[in-house]
Amino acid sequence: MIKGLLTTLREMFQQPVTIQYPEVKRPVRTRFKGRHVLKRYENGLEKCIGCSLCAAACPADAIFVESAENTDEERYSPGERYASTYEINMLRCIFCGFCEDACPTEAIVLGDNYELSFTDRHQSIYTKDMLLEPVPPGGKPTPQNTEPGKYTRSVPVMQDPQD
Amino acid sequence: MTKLVTLTIDDQPVSVPAGTLVVDAAKQIGNDIPVFCYHPKMEPVGMCRMCLVEIGRPMVDRGTGEVLLDENGKPRIQFGPKLETACTTPVSEGMVVRTQTKVVADARREVLEFILTSHPLDCPICDKGGECPLQNLTMGFGPGQSRFLYDDKIHLAKHVPLGELIYLDRERCIQCARCVRFQDVIADDPVIGFYNRGRRLEIVTYSEPGFDSIFSGNTTDICPVGALTTADFRFGARPWELKSSASICTHCPVGCNLTFNTRREARAGGNPVIKRVMPRQNEQVNEIWICDKGRFAYHYTESPQRLTQPLVRRGDGFEEISWEEAYQLAAQKIRASQNLLTLTGGRLSNEDLFNLRELTLARNGQAVLYSDMAGGDLTASYGLAPGSNFGSMGKETAILVVASDLHEEAPVWWLRIKAAAQRGARLIVLNPRSTRLDKFATHTLRYAYGEESQALATFLPGAAVPEAYQAAVQEFHSAENAVIVYGSEGAGLAASQGLAQTAAAILAARGKVGQVNNGLLAVWQRANDQGAWDAGFRPVEDLPAALRNVEVALIAAADPAGDDPLLAQALEETGFVIVQELFMTETARRADLVLPVQAFTEREGTLTSGERRVQRFYPALPPRPQTRPDFAVAAGIGKALGLDLEGRAASLVFLRLVKTLPAYAGLTYTQLAEVTPQYPIIGRSDLYYGGTAYDNHQGLGVQLPLLPAARPVAVGQSQTAASVTAGEGEILLVPVTRLYDRGNTVLPSALLHQRLAGKTIRLHPQTAAAFGLNAGETLRLSRDGWSAEAQVELDEEVPLKMALAVRSTGIPCSALSAVRLERLTVASAD
Ligand code: SF4
Ligand code: SF4
Ligand code: SF4
Ligand code: SF4
Ligand code: FES
Repeated sequence: MIKGLLTTLREMFQQPVTIQYPEVKRPVRTRFKGRHVLKRYENGLEKCIGCSLCAAACPADAIFVESAENTDEERYSPGERYASTYEINMLRCIFCGFCEDACPTEAIVLGDNYELSFTDRHQSIYTKDMLLEPVPPGGKPTPQNTEPGKYTRSVPVMQDPQD
Repeated sequence: MTKLVTLTIDDQPVSVPAGTLVVDAAKQIGNDIPVFCYHPKMEPVGMCRMCLVEIGRPMVDRGTGEVLLDENGKPRIQFGPKLETACTTPVSEGMVVRTQTKVVADARREVLEFILTSHPLDCPICDKGGECPLQNLTMGFGPGQSRFLYDDKIHLAKHVPLGELIYLDRERCIQCARCVRFQDVIADDPVIGFYNRGRRLEIVTYSEPGFDSIFSGNTTDICPVGALTTADFRFGARPWELKSSASICTHCPVGCNLTFNTRREARAGGNPVIKRVMPRQNEQVNEIWICDKGRFAYHYTESPQRLTQPLVRRGDGFEEISWEEAYQLAAQKIRASQNLLTLTGGRLSNEDLFNLRELTLARNGQAVLYSDMAGGDLTASYGLAPGSNFGSMGKETAILVVASDLHEEAPVWWLRIKAAAQRGARLIVLNPRSTRLDKFATHTLRYAYGEESQALATFLPGAAVPEAYQAAVQEFHSAENAVIVYGSEGAGLAASQGLAQTAAAILAARGKVGQVNNGLLAVWQRANDQGAWDAGFRPVEDLPAALRNVEVALIAAADPAGDDPLLAQALEETGFVIVQELFMTETARRADLVLPVQAFTEREGTLTSGERRVQRFYPALPPRPQTRPDFAVAAGIGKALGLDLEGRAASLVFLRLVKTLPAYAGLTYTQLAEVTPQYPIIGRSDLYYGGTAYDNHQGLGVQLPLLPAARPVAVGQSQTAASVTAGEGEILLVPVTRLYDRGNTVLPSALLHQRLAGKTIRLHPQTAAAFGLNAGETLRLSRDGWSAEAQVELDEEVPLKMALAVRSTGIPCSALSAVRLERLTVASAD
């Protein structure tokens, strides 16, 4: 019993491990899988080409994609196809990251944000606007009016096939 | 019976008819030899080399012709030094085929590697991705890695519209020529072809408008990659996300088997919508083909203009009411009336028609079919006998096509009759002007519009035969089997009655009634006209008078007011008009009570095709709220009248139908849903061997037995329809049918708008000159009660003093009739 009390006494003078969330936030680990982000290229074009492979890979059926055709005048992503609708239901998502693995353009990435709370089921559906990352500096928002014949490839050419 | 040949494929013996190709023989024992350019519905060309296998043949002593045996007494097999293409090699006795050896695997890998050197690998955005033979075969047999540098890939145009319906992606094309061959050999529209060679090769269209073929959609099904896509489905969804529901096309009497692919869509508020229409294999109906009307003209079912609430007339407008009130009102009006007329269109299912019939008969009403074609009672007794199939007709059969432009009226019958003719069937075409069938006919005969029955009567045994007809008549009588196909080119009700009677008399006289591959076939104007006849609906000669004289008219799936101003006037005089419709048609506008019904995509039922095959269709989409199927509406009105009608489910109505209508006796929904193995095997499951057409798991349908004729056909009694003649300042208006008309079910499909028939009439240049008209000018046609404006088109083939008008384009033309023609004097500046 004395041994037990001693332990208690010792712990009383230790630094507390409790963090005062939400005032203090602990950085997440590098491989943490939080809320998704839809990435853009440097020029602002969306990486997502609306291929639905993430939706097909998702074990929880959390993703819904609908696609449409790009034109040079109204371009969202390189190539012919872009996602006209992109939704993830965060209540369904189990944060497994399969979508990330399936994506041929590395468009969908599980980010750092873990603060997902909702007061209503509908709020758990993240639409494309909510998921898309901000336009990087120097880039233009989508849709863009682009030079004809420049963005004909949907999937970027791999530099090194062994990569 | 053709001789059977036995060969061994991977140690498994198989016996197939002589002449079978090695690929098909292998398929029969479940050995899938990969192919790209070979298609089971077309002659092989051996272009892609994907099907290479090792083939050995027994060694033969050259002196004696004896097969050499080895020490075990087995024939000695000699393998060629090189691999052979399984798709071009017919089987031979004792042949030994090896498909699983290392050489074969190497060959397959190398062919794939070669094809992939100029393939963009954009499966993620390709509409074929997920149901793509190239993808599947690469996964199955291809190399894991390419030895070619990615940078070496050739980049070509990815968005090449061949027409407004079909798009080409040049990078994806693997140059198998399936599309070109289909258009050339099967569809006889050689409007696309190869241009240039090697990596520069591309598919080009020669026609104006581009890819001008009513079968163009089929090329997207058989293209083994995603090089050809339809404008309708382009980037619409990934194939694996689609749900499929079996259905039947309701645009013409062929009754092609379809599969509707549906998926939830954000634009539709998360509700499922139809994404595309695909053919479903039925070797006795449409094989694996459908026409572009069947493929693209479904959009009316999803139109926002659909009616969604029962409406009752209040003064000049309509007011919404509940279904219960609507039923009560309808019942009250019917109960208070002495006479009821039920007018139905052939778009309805058998169940709808049956309930409407029961309702009408119980009130001693008149069951009227909205159609200008007669003879459904005769096709029920003299029709194609069960077991008949255009696909099995050959040189022993004579097919006589009279008064029909089949290519426009029933495209897939055209396709199949043409194929029969190419197999040797004796095709006799009897039509006043040339049609797309003439090219394949053994004999092409002409007659003047209005004389169709007299022309056909020369085929009666013992009739006087004019010189020009002699060879054809002889040919017809010398054939073992006889099929007569009649349509409504230039013919109205009376004329088609005469035609049907004469045709039935010819068949009866030849004693061929009830035998397989013999009989009478009507090219109805609507999909289920035959079912309507079977249910007791009959067209009437003077519909305006009939409508004028009734107190209550119940109109379902017909738009008489939209077609003919005379009928519109008559409707104004009808006591009370109840309309069951999808849209606010001209007829509905004049109704007192409008009841919104469900489209065939939202409900279940059966249709009877022109060949009297009863086929089931299944719901593809959930119904719109507040709409009901026609049979339920009829039952609702019936119940309010105190009648015992079934309205809960189509299958329950069918149970009653089979007890009442003799031809349908004993049929069940289960029977209609039965399938038997079909050849050739084209299956999706078999690596899309024959393209992406769907397998049939939902029923091949049942051909109805022929009913004994009520009375012998009255030969020649055919009223020589008081021959109409055109007076001074008049011409004869000839109704003809075009596939892409301007009907209520076609117009909402914007995709087809460029191809729709215009509001034009076609005149001989001389006739036009007599009236002082030039091509493109506007003229006015008038007759007592109506007038319509139309554009002039010149056509050397139209007989003098006649004008061809297309049905359902806004020019009232139900039969050959004389109309006044005036030039519209355009107020010009000079
Ligand atoms: S992380 Fe896993 S569960 Fe969540 S959306 Fe991606 S694939 Fe689906
Ligand atoms: S996020 Fe990636 S996998 Fe998902 S649709 Fe977009 S491109 Fe395809
Ligand atoms: S477009 Fe398709 S069907 Fe036509 S040649 Fe190319 S790969 Fe073959
Ligand atoms: S041929 Fe007739 S039934 Fe077949 S798809 Fe075309 S319109 Fe429909
Ligand atoms: S060469 Fe045989 S399938 Fe192409």
